Amino acid sequence: MNVIVCVKRVPDTETRIRIDGSGDKIDPSGVKYIISPYDEFAVEAGLRTKEAAGDGSVRLVSFGDAATQETLRSGLAMGADSATLLVGEPTIDGLATAKVLAAELDGADAPLILFGVKAADDDQQQVGPMVATLLGRPCVTGVSSFEVGDGKAVCQREVEGGTEVVEVDLPAVLTVTKGEFEPRYASLKGIMAAKKKPLEQKDAAQVEAKLRVVKLAEPAPRSAGRIVGEGADAVPELVRLLREEANAL
Amino acid sequence: MADVLAFAEQRDGQIGGSAREAVSAAARLAGSLGGSAHALVLGAPGISAAGGELGRFGAAKVLAGEHEALGDYNPEAYASVLAARIKEGGYGAVIFPATTLGKDLAPRVAAALDVPLAADVTGLEADGGKVSIVRPVYSGKAFAHLEVEASPVLVSIRPNVFQATESEAAGEVETFTPDIDASAFKVRVVERKGASDGQVDVAEASIIVSGGRGMKDPENWKLLETLRDAIGQGAALGASRAVVDAGWRPHGEQVGQTGKTVAPKLYFAIGISGAIQHLAGMRTSQTIVAINKDADAPIFGVADYGIVGDLFEVVPRLADEIKALKSGG
Ligand SMILES: Cc1cc2nc3c(=O)[nH]c(=O)nc-3n(C[C@H](O)[C@H](O)[C@H](O)COP(=O)(O)OP(=O)(O)OC[C@H]3O[C@@H](n4cnc5c(N)ncnc54)[C@H](O)[C@@H]3O)c2cc1C
Ligand SMILES: Nc1ncnc2c1ncn2[C@@H]1O[C@H](COP(=O)(O)O)[C@@H](O)[C@H]1O
Repeated sequence: MNVIVCVKRVPDTETRIRIDGSGDKIDPSGVKYIISPYDEFAVEAGLRTKEAAGDGSVRLVSFGDAATQETLRSGLAMGADSATLLVGEPTIDGLATAKVLAAELDGADAPLILFGVKAADDDQQQVGPMVATLLGRPCVTGVSSFEVGDGKAVCQREVEGGTEVVEVDLPAVLTVTKGEFEPRYASLKGIMAAKKKPLEQKDAAQVEAKLRVVKLAEPAPRSAGRIVGEGADAVPELVRLLREEANAL
Repeated sequence: MADVLAFAEQRDGQIGGSAREAVSAAARLAGSLGGSAHALVLGAPGISAAGGELGRFGAAKVLAGEHEALGDYNPEAYASVLAARIKEGGYGAVIFPATTLGKDLAPRVAAALDVPLAADVTGLEADGGKVSIVRPVYSGKAFAHLEVEASPVLVSIRPNVFQATESEAAGEVETFTPDIDASAFKVRVVERKGASDGQVDVAEASIIVSGGRGMKDPENWKLLETLRDAIGQGAALGASRAVVDAGWRPHGEQVGQTGKTVAPKLYFAIGISGAIQHLAGMRTSQTIVAINKDADAPIFGVADYGIVGDLFEVVPRLADEIKALKSGG
């Protein structure tokens, strides 16, 4: 079964974020970039789906700058078969991103298109269901495991305070959360093989962003906290502070 | 002049805090835009009765869509009814709660209406007819100030950040019955597990008691449950990734980069070191308390109050003191 996985290149979660001189974006110097962690879960889910079906391919698609090649190569090293890079300037406007991706994915021969539930940089949780809507495909979000068969996928979904079992007709879009998709490490052999796998590069569709960053600001520093005391004897004072000073109890 | 619509989420026929917050935020925004706030609630026949209370939170009009197929959330039905009502109402802005449901629903509505969506916002204001938005990016390491060049402006708001404000006002309730063909749904919920055991979800709780590897054993969560129960209504359990990965707690409780982002009034980090990926999920909490035996643990760097000590001594005492406080009034 053919599966397409949309992946985004994002700053490593350990990276310190500095705002550049323009004030509306981050300074990329010294920033290490990775596949967004949830997208890695989605790649893992795609690989397992193909393995379970015993046929088909896993194709990665990303919209980003030229350096995104590197991100796609690491997905190929995990085991994906091919990749497409839509070269353009990423935007915080999830709908514009979704339109760029949908232009590429429209009519694709893949019963499943997978997304991460959220990207680690913008964290909008929206691109997957937007692409689904634009393509007229049904969509299930926050999927922690799923099984494919009989023209449908049966998904476990995390919801407030519990889980849901949701059935969706294929072709469909799923957004993937960690669940059981602990990503595999790329083997040395996989890394070598990835260099020879097809990575197509083309210009992204021109879409105007209608949601724009006018300013990026540092979070207000948390006022220096205080150690109330040591051990259980400090508890009464903590409770007093929480009630009288913080007004939190 | 533009009206603002709030999507009011119901669960099991009950209107919750997220709906009240969305309606109050809509009322404030509508005030600045010179319009009025409406609330839209979708549910099984009879939901209009539950929706009535939203007038007190600022909705001049409560639109209640009633249909058997709307009792439980279904993305296709909800998105199509909502998109149609938004078009019809000519709203200047629409506010969703950034709950699991709201995060699933809002992008579909945005794509159907061909307007962008600013998700999980923490700041929302209007000045001179223009809406300005603030939302965290890079997991809270920066805040983006956004402008939107489209109408209506669609946002989802982070739970617990926007105040629900109640007044004497009453809204007019308008009930309607949308046309829905449930047999055409391509997404069907076949089972719900543990979704209504009465506990609030960690993403919406106003107080969170979170445990990490310092808890030593899943059995010890009894201590945290006792503390949660002592605090009472609105409190939920949270967890670090270390204990979720160990299988001690469900992923639904995980707070952080690869878990939930939370902003409660009060966050207890117990036996949690405070790794950057954990902080990513809880640093916008109003008040943070850390209990850790290591005085150098990074969690103390973001905590408002800390106790250095053995959690197995501190937590039971804390539960007792809070219980005493609550019963003493
Ligand atoms: C891509 C990526 C994503 C991640 N996402 C997340 C995420 O979403 N959420 C998350 O939490 N982590 C996440 N992590 C993992 C994170 O880096 C840390 O490993 C994790 O948060 C550590 O969990 P912990 O604080 O429970 O454990 P530890 O770091 O082991 O800390 C345990 C703490 O308990 C204290 N302690 C021990 N015994 C006692 C006692 N008796 N009394 C009091 N204190 C005691 C110790 O002093 C210590 O500070 C992620 C990592 C990566 C690389
Ligand atoms: N520029 C992009 N290229 C490819 N996929 C993307 C891009 N941006 C977002 N996505 C996908 O959409 C998911 C959700 O992103 P977001 O809505 O920004 O949180 C990500 O996990 C990716 O799977």
